[in-house]
Amino acid sequence: MPSAPPESEEYFDVAVIGAGVVGCAIARRFTLEGARVIVIEKAVDILDGASKGNSGILHTGFDAPVGSLEQRCIAAGYREYLDIKDRLGLSVLKTGALVLAWTEEEEARLEALMEQARANGVDDVERLGVTEIRAWEPGLSDRLRGGFSVPREYIIDPWTAPHSYLLQALENGARLLRRAEVLDGGFDGSAWRLETSRGAVRASTVINAAGLYGDHVDQRLLKASSYAIRPRKGQFVVFDKAASVLLSSILLPVPTATTKGIVVCKTSYGNVLVGPTAEEQESRDAAAVDHETLAALQRRGIEILPGLADFEVTATYAGLRPATADKDYQIKDHPAQRYISVGGIRSTGLSAALGIAHHVFDLYGQFGGRHQPPETPHWPKVSPIAEYQNRGWTEPGNAGVVCHCELVTRREIEEALNGPLAAGSLPGLKRRTRATMGRCQGFYCLGELAEITEGRFERPLATAYDSNS
Amino acid sequence: MTAIPEHAGGPPGACDVAIVGGGPAGLGAALRLKDLGIEAIVLDREAEAGGIPRHCGHYPFGMREFHRILKGPDYARRLVQAAKQAGVAIFTQTSVVALDPGPCLAVTTPDGRAEIRAKRVLLSTGVRERSRAGRLVGGQRPWGVLSTGALQSMVYLKGRRPFERPVIVGSELVSFSAILTCRHAGIRPVAMVEANDRVTAWWFAAGLPRLTGVPLHLNSRVLRVVGDQRVEAVELQDGAGASRLIEADGVIFSGQFLPEATLPRAAGLTIDPGSGGPAVDQYGRCSDPAVFAAGNLLRPVETAGWSWQEGVFAADRIAASLAGQLSERQGAIEMRVHGDAAIKFVLPQRLALPVLPGAMRNLQLRAKRPFHGTLSVRQNGRTLWSGRQSGRPERRILLPLAPIAEKAVPGTIEIDLQEEF
Repeated sequence: MPSAPPESEEYFDVAVIGAGVVGCAIARRFTLEGARVIVIEKAVDILDGASKGNSGILHTGFDAPVGSLEQRCIAAGYREYLDIKDRLGLSVLKTGALVLAWTEEEEARLEALMEQARANGVDDVERLGVTEIRAWEPGLSDRLRGGFSVPREYIIDPWTAPHSYLLQALENGARLLRRAEVLDGGFDGSAWRLETSRGAVRASTVINAAGLYGDHVDQRLLKASSYAIRPRKGQFVVFDKAASVLLSSILLPVPTATTKGIVVCKTSYGNVLVGPTAEEQESRDAAAVDHETLAALQRRGIEILPGLADFEVTATYAGLRPATADKDYQIKDHPAQRYISVGGIRSTGLSAALGIAHHVFDLYGQFGGRHQPPETPHWPKVSPIAEYQNRGWTEPGNAGVVCHCELVTRREIEEALNGPLAAGSLPGLKRRTRATMGRCQGFYCLGELAEITEGRFERPLATAYDSNS
Repeated sequence: MTAIPEHAGGPPGACDVAIVGGGPAGLGAALRLKDLGIEAIVLDREAEAGGIPRHCGHYPFGMREFHRILKGPDYARRLVQAAKQAGVAIFTQTSVVALDPGPCLAVTTPDGRAEIRAKRVLLSTGVRERSRAGRLVGGQRPWGVLSTGALQSMVYLKGRRPFERPVIVGSELVSFSAILTCRHAGIRPVAMVEANDRVTAWWFAAGLPRLTGVPLHLNSRVLRVVGDQRVEAVELQDGAGASRLIEADGVIFSGQFLPEATLPRAAGLTIDPGSGGPAVDQYGRCSDPAVFAAGNLLRPVETAGWSWQEGVFAADRIAASLAGQLSERQGAIEMRVHGDAAIKFVLPQRLALPVLPGAMRNLQLRAKRPFHGTLSVRQNGRTLWSGRQSGRPERRILLPLAPIAEKAVPGTIEIDLQEEF
């Protein structure tokens, strides 16, 4: 159930606005440093904005601009993820990546990209010829011209990670307020009073991690923003799990100035992903797919891995990146107002989140924020949902499989509907368990899910009817 | 509520025949095997066996099996009862997660993992409908977009309705079943949308939408689904490229069935890209001769009665196989469909020679698009059979197997179509 609004006299050290991957990681960092944190999310569930649609890659940052804040945050985030993953039960699939050139022009840029990688500290890149690459990836099209390997690019589960960050914060004392939109606020020289759609919140420092609405929140609270969000949509096509035999590495294109380009890779859930596109749009909410683009992505996937032609598309989706006019992250501190705006975190947010959290805490330290860290913090584990982890269905007492395609058990679903981070919607349940994400897209389990989730969601999946009417 | 497994104690570690999927095909096979004195167990992943007819709370089911017209759930119950009364062990809430050589089935139950070794395995895992994603339909992804199967499980199994004014996409038999399901729950479909210039189903012809007052939009496709949290409208595009918005609170993507071939595919058995199911010989054997397949897993899509009949057939052939009677001493024939013919697939995909009595009586074909012309079955320049034929998508096309098998030699047989336009 959604958490209750805080008592009016309750007071926090830090209010984090937005429970995307960045907000979740910041809440974790500040809680582990001893701050009393409240996370304010306007949606019924966390990860409801930019964080719900990404490619699930743990990037090394090899192709980030040298010396950029983005590169530093990715490098730090990457290291911390690998450090904490076992304690939090997070997944990693160590696939490595190949940057592939399909044209002469792309081939000519490989050396420069490898130089950039080395300058970014990713010094294990290796130039490979067509024969070597195809020996490793026999499914690749023979139109390939060359490439290089980035051995430490990995696949991670984009949903368990942020859930786990926030859960660790909550279990160590942080608060989560959902369905609460920040409408207005003021700083009285020592503390903030935020007016939300669910009441006032008082905190000494505000961290804006509102993603696609970051500039709006700045305007509401600071009356100005140093950046303007320009939503950039990415559409994806997900192929059937059986197609995962066609590749082992993450297949990256040679990036352009505006986008990392269309990636082909496995997902943590055992499928094959093709995407994303990069399309500027006005809307910050509506991430629509369109038939022509999906069909083009499907064709592009088949051009790269011809074997994909034999496999059905399991799912399609689109995500929105909170891009700005600037290529780098827009993290701005306002010490006089005890306010930090964390904006412009695009595709690399999943990889960089833990690093961003450290960076933001450092900025906070500079304006005097200091606390007593908990001596023995809790390290809760969320249920593993990656295909390569030991999942619920393998254990006794799982209460039976409900979602057959993804082998999600009734026990896992019940767990996801309870506790401090209980799912508030079907997409939220999906992100915690994978239910309905599979090849049948709910053909077999939606009836059962409508029953199990009755009374749990603000918007029910179905309502009882009177069959005599 | 968690149902109690129908057979306490979990499945045995070994058996003669393990049947994966307790729908009409699987239950038909189990009962027949029991009659033949062969012990078979049925594994079903749902809490209750019976398969898809359990969700089809309408007529007509049961003509072949019980010689009377029943509603789906009553028919499913009768099949399950008949099998249980005969002493067939049915293990529900038992999901087969892998088929390994042996054959050996890796399963999971509420008690966790288990393994079942079987002398023969029958796969009868049925079909599902192609989802909205599989059709690459554009738009947002609000709640309210379902398959007929999901709608039926909500309405007939759970007494719930997910929407009140949906658009139905498709005009196959199942699309009309969706209309009946809607009516049962007081749901009023606002449109039926078909991409072709006529209704696909032969059964109700175009009568039912008119009868039930559901406007039919031919030559139309769904351009996008509109709505943030819930479906608010559906944008259609007609053949001339004109688009229009229909207000609706749901979308039912019906039909375009696909075999549930995950297990045989993951097991490395040969899959026919045309049918989407495992390639079988004239006895229903997969490329691993210890594994048989029956029912809609073989091909989308047939009636429950037809699937049941295929289950009974498979049981007989499994018995013959266990008795060592299905040898392939004279080689084999691969069946192929010529180039870009309007034929989607031919079943069986392979003939094991000699073709013994008890083989399938017919080749089953399906059309990709409407056609009219001469079908010919040729080998090495020789015509083994030919005949004039018309076909439409999703309709049964049968060619006699015996005259073809009589003249065939090891190698390849090609099926070709000379179309008359």
